Amino acid sequence: MLDLHCQCPMVSLMKVHVDSELCQGHNRCYALAPDLIDVDDYGEAVVIADGTVAPGQEDQARLAVANCPEFAITIVEDEASDA
Amino acid sequence: MASVYGPVKDWETDLDHADPEYNANAHQIWDDLREGGCPVAHSDRYGGMWAPITHALVHEVAYDTENFTSQGIIVSQGRPEVPPPVGPAPPITSDPPFHQMARRLLLPPFSPKAIAAWEDDIRELCNTLLDKMGDIEPGESVVDAALQYAQSIPVNVIARMLGFPPEDEDIFRTFVHRIVEQVNEPLEERMEAFGELDAYLDVQVREHIEHPRDDLTTYLLNVELEGNKLEMEHVRGSIVLLLVAGIDTTWSAIGSSLWHLATNPEDLQRLTDEPEVMLFALEEFLRAYAPVTMARLVAKDHDFHGCPMKADEWVLLPFPAANRDPAVFKDADKFIVDREENRHAAFGLGIHRCLGSNLARLELRIAIEEFVKRFPSFELDGDVRWSVGQIRGPRELPVRVLATT
Repeated sequence: MLDLHCQCPMVSLMKVHVDSELCQGHNRCYALAPDLIDVDDYGEAVVIADGTVAPGQEDQARLAVANCPEFAITIVEDEASDA
Repeated sequence: MASVYGPVKDWETDLDHADPEYNANAHQIWDDLREGGCPVAHSDRYGGMWAPITHALVHEVAYDTENFTSQGIIVSQGRPEVPPPVGPAPPITSDPPFHQMARRLLLPPFSPKAIAAWEDDIRELCNTLLDKMGDIEPGESVVDAALQYAQSIPVNVIARMLGFPPEDEDIFRTFVHRIVEQVNEPLEERMEAFGELDAYLDVQVREHIEHPRDDLTTYLLNVELEGNKLEMEHVRGSIVLLLVAGIDTTWSAIGSSLWHLATNPEDLQRLTDEPEVMLFALEEFLRAYAPVTMARLVAKDHDFHGCPMKADEWVLLPFPAANRDPAVFKDADKFIVDREENRHAAFGLGIHRCLGSNLARLELRIAIEEFVKRFPSFELDGDVRWSVGQIRGPRELPVRVLATT
Protein backbone atom coordinates (compact mmCIF):
# COMPACT_ATOMS: atom_id res chain seq x y z
CA MET A 1 0.00 0.00 0.00
CA LEU A 2 1.41 3.38 -0.94
CA ASP A 3 1.66 6.03 1.69
CA LEU A 4 0.18 8.94 -0.16
CA HIS A 5 1.27 11.45 2.41
CA CYS A 6 4.95 10.62 2.35
CA GLN A 7 7.36 13.49 2.23
CA CYS A 8 9.48 12.11 -0.55
CA PRO A 9 12.48 14.26 -1.35
CA MET A 10 12.22 13.23 -4.96
CA VAL A 11 9.47 14.75 -7.06
CA SER A 12 7.30 11.93 -8.27
CA LEU A 13 4.41 11.66 -10.62
CA MET A 14 1.41 9.62 -9.50
CA LYS A 15 -0.87 7.97 -11.99
CA VAL A 16 -3.99 5.85 -11.54
CA HIS A 17 -4.17 2.69 -13.59
CA VAL A 18 -7.24 0.54 -14.34
CA ASP A 19 -6.71 -3.09 -15.25
CA SER A 20 -9.44 -3.56 -17.86
CA GLU A 21 -9.20 -7.34 -17.55
CA LEU A 22 -10.16 -7.13 -13.88
CA CYS A 23 -12.68 -4.26 -14.11
CA GLN A 24 -16.26 -5.56 -13.98
CA GLY A 25 -17.96 -2.18 -13.95
CA HIS A 26 -18.80 -1.81 -10.26
CA ASN A 27 -18.34 1.95 -10.82
CA ARG A 28 -17.09 2.67 -7.33
CA CYS A 29 -14.07 4.53 -8.73
CA TYR A 30 -16.23 6.65 -11.00
CA ALA A 31 -18.32 7.71 -7.99
CA LEU A 32 -15.34 8.41 -5.72
CA ALA A 33 -12.78 9.77 -8.19
CA PRO A 34 -14.75 11.53 -10.91
CA ASP A 35 -11.82 13.81 -11.77
CA LEU A 36 -9.59 10.85 -12.47
CA ILE A 37 -11.86 8.13 -13.82
CA ASP A 38 -14.68 8.10 -16.34
CA VAL A 39 -16.86 5.24 -17.58
CA ASP A 40 -17.52 4.13 -21.14
CA ASP A 41 -20.89 3.25 -22.70
CA TYR A 42 -20.67 -0.20 -21.12
CA GLY A 43 -20.09 1.22 -17.65
CA GLU A 44 -16.47 0.10 -17.55
CA ALA A 45 -13.82 2.34 -16.02
CA VAL A 46 -11.40 4.36 -18.13
CA VAL A 47 -8.78 6.75 -16.78
CA ILE A 48 -9.14 10.37 -17.80
CA ALA A 49 -6.24 11.53 -20.01
CA ASP A 50 -3.13 9.65 -18.89
CA GLY A 51 -4.31 9.13 -15.32
CA THR A 52 -1.98 11.69 -13.77
CA VAL A 53 -3.05 12.57 -10.24
CA ALA A 54 -2.81 16.35 -9.91
CA PRO A 55 -2.06 18.00 -6.55
CA GLY A 56 -5.27 17.88 -4.50
CA GLN A 57 -6.55 14.73 -6.18
CA GLU A 58 -4.61 12.30 -3.99
CA ASP A 59 -7.63 11.49 -1.82
CA GLN A 60 -9.72 10.64 -4.86
CA ALA A 61 -6.99 8.31 -6.08
CA ARG A 62 -6.68 6.65 -2.68
CA LEU A 63 -10.44 6.09 -2.40
CA ALA A 64 -10.66 4.66 -5.92
CA VAL A 65 -8.03 2.07 -5.04
CA ALA A 66 -9.48 1.25 -1.63
CA ASN A 67 -13.00 0.61 -2.87
CA CYS A 68 -12.59 -1.52 -5.96
CA PRO A 69 -14.10 -4.95 -5.21
CA GLU A 70 -12.06 -6.55 -8.01
CA PHE A 71 -8.71 -4.96 -7.04
CA ALA A 72 -8.55 -3.51 -10.56
CA ILE A 73 -7.13 -0.09 -9.66
CA THR A 74 -3.57 0.67 -8.73
CA ILE A 75 -1.45 3.76 -8.35
CA VAL A 76 1.83 3.78 -10.22
CA GLU A 77 4.53 6.22 -9.37
CA ASP A 78 6.85 7.58 -12.04
CA GLU A 79 9.87 9.69 -11.26
CA ALA A 80 9.37 13.05 -12.90
CA SER A 81 12.04 14.11 -15.33
CA ASP A 82 14.16 17.12 -14.42
CA ALA A 83 12.68 19.40 -16.96
CA MET B 1 -47.61 -23.86 1.76
CA ALA B 2 -46.14 -27.31 1.42
CA SER B 3 -42.51 -27.47 2.45
CA VAL B 4 -40.50 -30.49 1.43
CA TYR B 5 -37.85 -30.12 4.11
CA GLY B 6 -38.24 -29.70 7.84
CA PRO B 7 -36.43 -27.35 10.21
CA VAL B 8 -32.63 -27.25 10.05
CA LYS B 9 -30.94 -29.44 12.67
CA ASP B 10 -27.40 -28.17 12.25
CA TRP B 11 -26.18 -25.24 10.15
CA GLU B 12 -22.84 -26.83 9.36
CA THR B 13 -24.12 -30.16 8.01
CA ASP B 14 -27.78 -29.49 7.25
CA LEU B 15 -27.77 -25.89 6.03
CA ASP B 16 -30.94 -24.63 4.41
CA HIS B 17 -31.12 -20.97 3.42
CA ALA B 18 -34.88 -21.35 2.94
CA ASP B 19 -35.46 -22.22 6.58
CA PRO B 20 -37.12 -19.09 8.03
CA GLU B 21 -34.54 -19.10 10.84
CA TYR B 22 -31.70 -18.60 8.35
CA ASN B 23 -32.37 -15.04 7.18
CA ALA B 24 -33.64 -14.00 10.59
CA ASN B 25 -30.31 -15.05 12.17
CA ALA B 26 -27.94 -14.93 9.19
CA HIS B 27 -25.18 -12.82 10.76
CA GLN B 28 -24.95 -15.09 13.79
CA ILE B 29 -25.02 -18.25 11.68
CA TRP B 30 -22.12 -17.03 9.50
CA ASP B 31 -20.11 -15.92 12.53
CA ASP B 32 -20.65 -19.28 14.22
CA LEU B 33 -19.61 -21.21 11.12
CA ARG B 34 -16.52 -19.04 10.57
CA GLU B 35 -15.45 -19.10 14.20
CA GLY B 36 -16.21 -22.81 14.44
CA GLY B 37 -13.66 -23.45 11.70
CA CYS B 38 -16.18 -24.39 9.01
CA PRO B 39 -15.45 -22.37 5.86
CA VAL B 40 -17.79 -24.55 3.75
CA ALA B 41 -21.14 -25.73 5.10
CA HIS B 42 -23.00 -28.61 3.51
CA SER B 43 -26.48 -30.01 3.16
CA ASP B 44 -28.05 -33.07 1.58
CA ARG B 45 -31.11 -30.99 0.74
CA TYR B 46 -31.88 -29.92 -2.84
CA GLY B 47 -29.90 -32.86 -4.21
CA GLY B 48 -26.74 -31.72 -2.43
CA MET B 49 -25.63 -28.18 -1.59
CA TRP B 50 -22.39 -26.56 -0.43
CA ALA B 51 -22.02 -23.09 1.05
CA PRO B 52 -18.59 -21.44 1.33
CA ILE B 53 -18.87 -18.53 3.74
CA THR B 54 -15.47 -16.82 3.74
CA HIS B 55 -14.64 -13.98 1.36
CA ALA B 56 -11.70 -15.89 -0.13
CA LEU B 57 -13.75 -18.98 -0.97
CA VAL B 58 -16.77 -17.06 -2.26
CA HIS B 59 -14.36 -15.07 -4.45
CA GLU B 60 -12.74 -18.27 -5.69
CA VAL B 61 -16.04 -19.87 -6.73
CA ALA B 62 -17.26 -16.66 -8.38
CA TYR B 63 -14.12 -16.49 -10.51
CA ASP B 64 -14.00 -20.21 -11.40
CA THR B 65 -16.23 -20.66 -14.45
CA GLU B 66 -14.64 -24.02 -15.30
CA ASN B 67 -15.63 -25.96 -12.21
CA PHE B 68 -18.87 -24.07 -11.56
CA THR B 69 -21.63 -23.22 -14.01
CA SER B 70 -24.20 -20.44 -13.78
CA GLN B 71 -26.87 -22.51 -15.56
CA GLY B 72 -28.68 -22.64 -12.23
CA ILE B 73 -28.63 -19.65 -9.89
CA ILE B 74 -31.66 -20.21 -7.65
CA VAL B 75 -31.26 -23.29 -5.50
CA SER B 76 -34.27 -25.58 -5.72
CA GLN B 77 -34.94 -29.28 -5.97
CA GLY B 78 -35.01 -29.18 -9.75
CA ARG B 79 -32.28 -28.44 -12.23
CA PRO B 80 -32.70 -25.94 -15.09
CA GLU B 81 -34.04 -27.46 -18.27
CA VAL B 82 -33.19 -24.67 -20.70
CA PRO B 83 -30.13 -25.82 -22.64
CA PRO B 84 -26.81 -24.00 -22.54
CA PRO B 85 -25.36 -21.58 -23.46
CA VAL B 86 -28.34 -19.23 -23.03
CA GLY B 87 -29.87 -20.70 -19.88
CA PRO B 88 -33.23 -19.70 -18.43
CA ALA B 89 -32.37 -16.04 -17.67
CA PRO B 90 -29.47 -14.74 -19.81
CA PRO B 91 -26.89 -13.43 -19.22
CA ILE B 92 -26.90 -14.34 -15.50
CA THR B 93 -27.53 -18.01 -16.36
CA SER B 94 -24.99 -18.07 -19.20
CA ASP B 95 -21.38 -19.21 -19.06
CA PRO B 96 -18.42 -17.96 -21.11
CA PRO B 97 -17.95 -17.35 -23.93
CA PHE B 98 -21.64 -16.77 -24.75
CA HIS B 99 -22.07 -14.88 -21.49
CA GLN B 100 -19.94 -11.93 -22.51
CA MET B 101 -21.82 -11.37 -25.76
CA ALA B 102 -25.22 -11.58 -24.09
CA ARG B 103 -24.06 -9.30 -21.27
CA ARG B 104 -22.66 -6.61 -23.54
CA LEU B 105 -26.10 -6.19 -25.12
CA LEU B 106 -27.55 -5.18 -21.78
CA LEU B 107 -24.68 -3.12 -20.35
CA PRO B 108 -25.40 0.18 -22.19
CA PRO B 109 -28.98 0.67 -20.91
CA PHE B 110 -27.72 -0.01 -17.36
CA SER B 111 -24.54 2.10 -17.49
CA PRO B 112 -24.27 4.81 -14.82
CA LYS B 113 -24.90 7.61 -17.27
CA ALA B 114 -28.00 5.96 -18.77
CA ILE B 115 -29.38 5.14 -15.32
CA ALA B 116 -28.78 8.67 -13.96
CA ALA B 117 -31.63 9.85 -16.22
CA TRP B 118 -34.10 8.01 -13.92
CA GLU B 119 -33.26 10.06 -10.82
CA ASP B 120 -36.15 12.54 -11.00
CA ASP B 121 -38.71 9.80 -11.70
CA ILE B 122 -37.52 7.74 -8.75
CA ARG B 123 -37.58 10.75 -6.43
CA GLU B 124 -41.14 11.55 -7.49
CA LEU B 125 -42.19 7.94 -6.98
CA CYS B 126 -40.74 7.92 -3.44
CA ASN B 127 -42.57 11.12 -2.58
CA THR B 128 -45.84 9.78 -3.97
CA LEU B 129 -45.50 6.74 -1.69
CA LEU B 130 -44.71 8.97 1.31
CA ASP B 131 -47.72 11.17 0.51
CA LYS B 132 -49.96 8.09 0.34
CA MET B 133 -49.15 7.31 3.97
CA GLY B 134 -51.64 10.10 4.78
CA ASP B 135 -51.56 12.37 7.81
CA ILE B 136 -48.66 11.56 10.08
CA GLU B 137 -48.82 12.42 13.77
CA PRO B 138 -45.26 12.46 15.18
CA GLY B 139 -44.93 10.09 18.10
CA GLU B 140 -48.25 8.43 17.23
CA SER B 141 -48.24 7.26 13.62
CA VAL B 142 -46.82 3.86 12.74
CA VAL B 143 -46.07 3.12 9.09
CA ASP B 144 -44.73 -0.04 7.49
CA ALA B 145 -41.53 1.00 5.73
CA ALA B 146 -41.39 -2.29 3.82
CA LEU B 147 -45.03 -2.67 2.76
CA GLN B 148 -45.93 0.98 2.26
CA TYR B 149 -42.62 2.11 0.83
CA ALA B 150 -39.66 -0.16 -0.03
CA GLN B 151 -41.59 -2.90 -1.80
CA SER B 152 -43.20 -0.52 -4.30
CA ILE B 153 -40.10 1.35 -5.46
CA PRO B 154 -38.06 -1.07 -7.58
CA VAL B 155 -41.08 -2.86 -9.03
CA ASN B 156 -42.49 0.40 -10.36
CA VAL B 157 -39.17 1.46 -11.84
CA ILE B 158 -38.49 -1.84 -13.62
CA ALA B 159 -42.09 -1.98 -14.92
CA ARG B 160 -41.60 1.47 -16.45
CA MET B 161 -38.24 0.50 -17.90
CA LEU B 162 -39.70 -2.64 -19.49
CA GLY B 163 -42.82 -0.82 -20.62
CA PHE B 164 -45.12 -3.09 -18.58
CA PRO B 165 -48.29 -1.80 -16.87
CA PRO B 166 -47.20 -0.46 -13.44
CA GLU B 167 -50.65 -1.37 -12.08
CA ASP B 168 -49.53 -5.03 -12.43
CA GLU B 169 -46.99 -4.56 -9.63
CA ASP B 170 -48.78 -7.08 -7.40
CA ILE B 171 -48.61 -9.66 -10.19
CA PHE B 172 -44.83 -9.13 -10.58
CA ARG B 173 -44.25 -9.37 -6.86
CA THR B 174 -46.25 -12.59 -6.67
CA PHE B 175 -44.22 -14.14 -9.50
CA VAL B 176 -40.97 -13.16 -7.86
CA HIS B 177 -42.15 -14.42 -4.50
CA ARG B 178 -43.00 -17.84 -5.98
CA ILE B 179 -39.69 -18.06 -7.81
CA VAL B 180 -37.23 -16.86 -5.19
CA GLU B 181 -38.96 -17.49 -1.86
CA GLN B 182 -40.92 -20.70 -2.34
CA VAL B 183 -37.88 -22.75 -3.31
CA ASN B 184 -38.76 -25.32 -0.70
CA GLU B 185 -41.89 -26.43 -2.54
CA PRO B 186 -42.56 -29.49 -4.67
CA LEU B 187 -41.17 -29.19 -8.16
CA GLU B 188 -44.58 -29.35 -9.88
CA GLU B 189 -45.75 -26.26 -8.03
CA ARG B 190 -42.63 -24.36 -9.07
CA MET B 191 -43.05 -25.38 -12.70
CA GLU B 192 -46.61 -24.09 -12.55
CA ALA B 193 -45.34 -20.68 -11.37
CA PHE B 194 -42.82 -20.48 -14.19
CA GLY B 195 -45.52 -21.48 -16.70
CA GLU B 196 -47.79 -18.67 -15.53
CA LEU B 197 -44.95 -16.16 -15.71
CA ASP B 198 -44.10 -17.23 -19.26
CA ALA B 199 -47.73 -16.86 -20.29
CA TYR B 200 -47.88 -13.34 -18.82
CA LEU B 201 -44.65 -12.34 -20.54
CA ASP B 202 -45.84 -13.71 -23.89
CA VAL B 203 -48.76 -11.30 -23.77
CA GLN B 204 -46.49 -8.34 -22.95
CA VAL B 205 -43.96 -9.26 -25.63
CA ARG B 206 -46.65 -9.71 -28.28
CA GLU B 207 -48.05 -6.32 -27.36
CA HIS B 208 -44.58 -4.79 -27.83
CA ILE B 209 -44.14 -6.47 -31.21
CA GLU B 210 -47.42 -4.87 -32.31
CA HIS B 211 -46.71 -1.50 -30.68
CA PRO B 212 -42.94 -0.91 -30.43
CA ARG B 213 -41.87 1.93 -28.17
CA ASP B 214 -38.87 3.33 -26.36
CA ASP B 215 -38.39 0.79 -23.60
CA LEU B 216 -36.26 -2.22 -22.68
CA THR B 217 -38.66 -4.80 -24.09
CA THR B 218 -38.56 -3.17 -27.53
CA TYR B 219 -34.79 -2.83 -27.16
CA LEU B 220 -34.48 -6.59 -26.51
CA LEU B 221 -36.72 -7.37 -29.49
CA ASN B 222 -34.59 -5.26 -31.85
CA VAL B 223 -31.05 -5.70 -30.59
CA GLU B 224 -28.77 -7.98 -32.58
CA LEU B 225 -26.34 -10.63 -31.43
CA GLU B 226 -23.80 -11.50 -34.11
CA GLY B 227 -26.08 -10.08 -36.80
CA ASN B 228 -29.25 -11.86 -35.67
CA LYS B 229 -32.14 -10.77 -33.53
CA LEU B 230 -32.41 -12.61 -30.23
CA GLU B 231 -34.31 -15.89 -30.00
CA MET B 232 -37.67 -15.41 -28.31
CA GLU B 233 -36.48 -17.60 -25.41
CA HIS B 234 -33.57 -15.20 -24.92
CA VAL B 235 -35.84 -12.12 -24.94
CA ARG B 236 -38.20 -13.72 -22.44
CA GLY B 237 -35.35 -15.01 -20.30
CA SER B 238 -33.74 -11.58 -20.09
CA ILE B 239 -37.07 -10.05 -19.08
CA VAL B 240 -37.41 -12.72 -16.37
CA LEU B 241 -33.94 -11.78 -15.19
CA LEU B 242 -34.74 -8.07 -15.03
CA LEU B 243 -38.00 -8.71 -13.17
CA VAL B 244 -36.64 -11.26 -10.73
CA ALA B 245 -33.31 -9.56 -10.13
CA GLY B 246 -34.67 -6.06 -10.04
CA ILE B 247 -37.52 -6.34 -7.56
CA ASP B 248 -36.87 -8.28 -4.34
CA THR B 249 -33.21 -7.36 -4.27
CA THR B 250 -33.44 -3.58 -4.11
CA TRP B 251 -36.62 -3.73 -2.06
CA SER B 252 -34.63 -5.77 0.47
CA ALA B 253 -31.69 -3.36 0.46
CA ILE B 254 -33.99 -0.38 1.06
CA GLY B 255 -35.83 -2.21 3.84
CA SER B 256 -32.67 -3.38 5.60
CA SER B 257 -31.19 0.12 5.44
CA LEU B 258 -34.31 1.67 6.94
CA TRP B 259 -34.39 -1.08 9.58
CA HIS B 260 -30.80 -0.15 10.49
CA LEU B 261 -31.72 3.53 10.78
CA ALA B 262 -34.82 2.68 12.83
CA THR B 263 -32.64 0.83 15.33
CA ASN B 264 -29.50 3.05 15.29
CA PRO B 265 -30.57 6.65 15.96
CA GLU B 266 -26.98 7.95 15.95
CA ASP B 267 -26.54 6.91 12.31
CA LEU B 268 -29.90 8.40 11.39
CA GLN B 269 -28.86 11.64 13.09
CA ARG B 270 -25.57 11.69 11.21
CA LEU B 271 -27.31 11.24 7.85
CA THR B 272 -29.78 14.00 8.72
CA ASP B 273 -27.03 16.38 9.86
CA GLU B 274 -24.53 15.57 7.13
CA PRO B 275 -26.30 14.35 4.00
CA GLU B 276 -22.92 14.17 2.20
CA VAL B 277 -21.97 11.19 4.37
CA MET B 278 -24.32 9.21 2.09
CA LEU B 279 -21.41 8.72 -0.33
CA PHE B 280 -19.97 6.23 2.17
CA ALA B 281 -23.13 5.25 4.08
CA LEU B 282 -24.73 3.87 0.93
CA GLU B 283 -21.91 1.39 0.48
CA GLU B 284 -21.92 0.46 4.16
CA PHE B 285 -25.63 -0.37 3.94
CA LEU B 286 -24.79 -2.54 0.94
CA ARG B 287 -21.88 -4.21 2.70
CA ALA B 288 -23.51 -4.85 6.05
CA TYR B 289 -26.93 -5.83 4.68
CA ALA B 290 -26.17 -7.13 1.20
CA PRO B 291 -29.42 -8.78 0.15
CA VAL B 292 -28.29 -11.20 -2.55
CA THR B 293 -26.88 -14.70 -2.21
CA MET B 294 -26.19 -16.19 -5.63
CA ALA B 295 -25.69 -19.84 -6.51
CA ARG B 296 -23.87 -22.05 -8.98
CA LEU B 297 -24.07 -25.68 -10.01
CA VAL B 298 -20.96 -27.82 -9.76
CA ALA B 299 -19.91 -28.38 -13.39
CA LYS B 300 -17.81 -31.48 -12.81
CA ASP B 301 -16.71 -33.68 -9.93
CA HIS B 302 -13.75 -32.09 -8.17
CA ASP B 303 -12.19 -31.55 -4.77
CA PHE B 304 -12.74 -28.04 -3.43
CA HIS B 305 -10.50 -27.44 -0.41
CA GLY B 306 -11.22 -30.92 0.87
CA CYS B 307 -14.90 -30.92 -0.10
CA PRO B 308 -15.77 -33.70 -2.56
CA MET B 309 -18.03 -31.74 -4.89
CA LYS B 310 -20.12 -33.71 -7.37
CA ALA B 311 -21.45 -32.48 -10.69
CA ASP B 312 -24.97 -31.01 -10.44
CA GLU B 313 -24.74 -30.24 -6.74
CA TRP B 314 -25.53 -26.68 -5.73
CA VAL B 315 -23.07 -24.15 -4.37
CA LEU B 316 -24.54 -21.18 -2.55
CA LEU B 317 -22.55 -17.98 -3.01
CA PRO B 318 -23.36 -15.89 0.05
CA PHE B 319 -21.83 -12.54 -0.88
CA PRO B 320 -23.47 -11.09 2.27
CA ALA B 321 -21.36 -13.50 4.38
CA ALA B 322 -18.21 -12.56 2.45
CA ASN B 323 -18.97 -8.93 3.28
CA ARG B 324 -18.76 -9.71 6.99
CA ASP B 325 -15.50 -11.63 6.90
CA PRO B 326 -13.04 -10.08 9.37
CA ALA B 327 -10.14 -11.34 7.23
CA VAL B 328 -11.07 -8.69 4.65
CA PHE B 329 -13.03 -6.02 6.52
CA LYS B 330 -11.83 -4.22 9.60
CA ASP B 331 -14.51 -4.32 12.32
CA ALA B 332 -16.54 -6.43 9.92
CA ASP B 333 -19.40 -6.87 12.39
CA LYS B 334 -19.73 -3.12 13.01
CA PHE B 335 -21.74 -0.73 10.88
CA ILE B 336 -19.48 2.27 10.27
CA VAL B 337 -21.56 4.93 8.56
CA ASP B 338 -18.54 6.67 7.02
CA ARG B 339 -16.38 3.60 6.30
CA GLU B 340 -13.89 4.85 3.70
CA GLU B 341 -12.32 1.57 2.63
CA ASN B 342 -15.05 -0.74 1.48
CA ARG B 343 -14.43 -3.34 -1.22
CA HIS B 344 -17.76 -5.04 -0.53
CA ALA B 345 -19.14 -7.71 -2.81
CA ALA B 346 -22.85 -6.87 -2.53
CA PHE B 347 -23.15 -6.91 -6.32
CA GLY B 348 -21.08 -10.05 -6.73
CA LEU B 349 -17.55 -10.58 -7.91
CA GLY B 350 -16.21 -11.47 -11.33
CA ILE B 351 -17.99 -11.67 -14.66
CA HIS B 352 -21.54 -11.77 -13.28
CA ARG B 353 -21.33 -8.45 -11.40
CA CYS B 354 -24.94 -7.33 -10.98
CA LEU B 355 -26.00 -5.75 -14.25
CA GLY B 356 -28.44 -3.48 -12.43
CA SER B 357 -26.04 -2.27 -9.75
CA ASN B 358 -26.17 1.35 -10.93
CA LEU B 359 -29.96 1.30 -10.86
CA ALA B 360 -30.01 -0.42 -7.47
CA ARG B 361 -27.64 2.18 -6.00
CA LEU B 362 -29.69 5.04 -7.39
CA GLU B 363 -32.95 3.59 -6.03
CA LEU B 364 -31.43 2.81 -2.65
CA ARG B 365 -29.84 6.25 -2.26
CA ILE B 366 -32.94 8.18 -3.27
CA ALA B 367 -35.27 5.95 -1.23
CA ILE B 368 -33.23 6.58 1.94
CA GLU B 369 -32.72 10.27 1.21
CA GLU B 370 -36.42 10.94 0.70
CA PHE B 371 -37.55 8.84 3.68
CA VAL B 372 -35.07 10.54 6.00
CA LYS B 373 -35.91 13.98 4.61
CA ARG B 374 -39.63 13.39 5.32
CA PHE B 375 -39.10 11.56 8.64
CA PRO B 376 -35.86 12.77 10.24
CA SER B 377 -36.58 10.65 13.31
CA PHE B 378 -38.25 7.23 13.52
CA GLU B 379 -37.89 4.01 15.51
CA LEU B 380 -38.77 0.36 15.18
CA ASP B 381 -42.22 -0.37 16.58
CA GLY B 382 -43.07 -4.04 16.40
CA ASP B 383 -41.76 -7.24 14.87
CA VAL B 384 -39.75 -7.39 11.68
CA ARG B 385 -40.54 -10.26 9.34
CA TRP B 386 -37.56 -11.32 7.21
CA SER B 387 -37.82 -12.82 3.74
CA VAL B 388 -37.07 -16.47 3.08
CA GLY B 389 -34.44 -17.71 0.62
CA GLN B 390 -31.55 -16.23 -1.31
CA ILE B 391 -32.74 -12.61 -1.12
CA ARG B 392 -32.58 -11.27 2.42
CA GLY B 393 -34.54 -8.28 3.62
CA PRO B 394 -37.45 -7.24 5.84
CA ARG B 395 -40.88 -7.99 4.41
CA GLU B 396 -42.67 -6.22 7.27
CA LEU B 397 -41.02 -3.27 8.99
CA PRO B 398 -43.27 -1.27 11.33
CA VAL B 399 -41.72 2.05 12.36
CA ARG B 400 -43.08 4.80 14.57
CA VAL B 401 -42.51 8.23 13.11
CA LEU B 402 -41.06 10.55 15.76
CA ALA B 403 -40.59 13.70 13.69
CA THR B 404 -41.73 15.03 10.34
CA THR B 405 -40.66 17.96 8.21
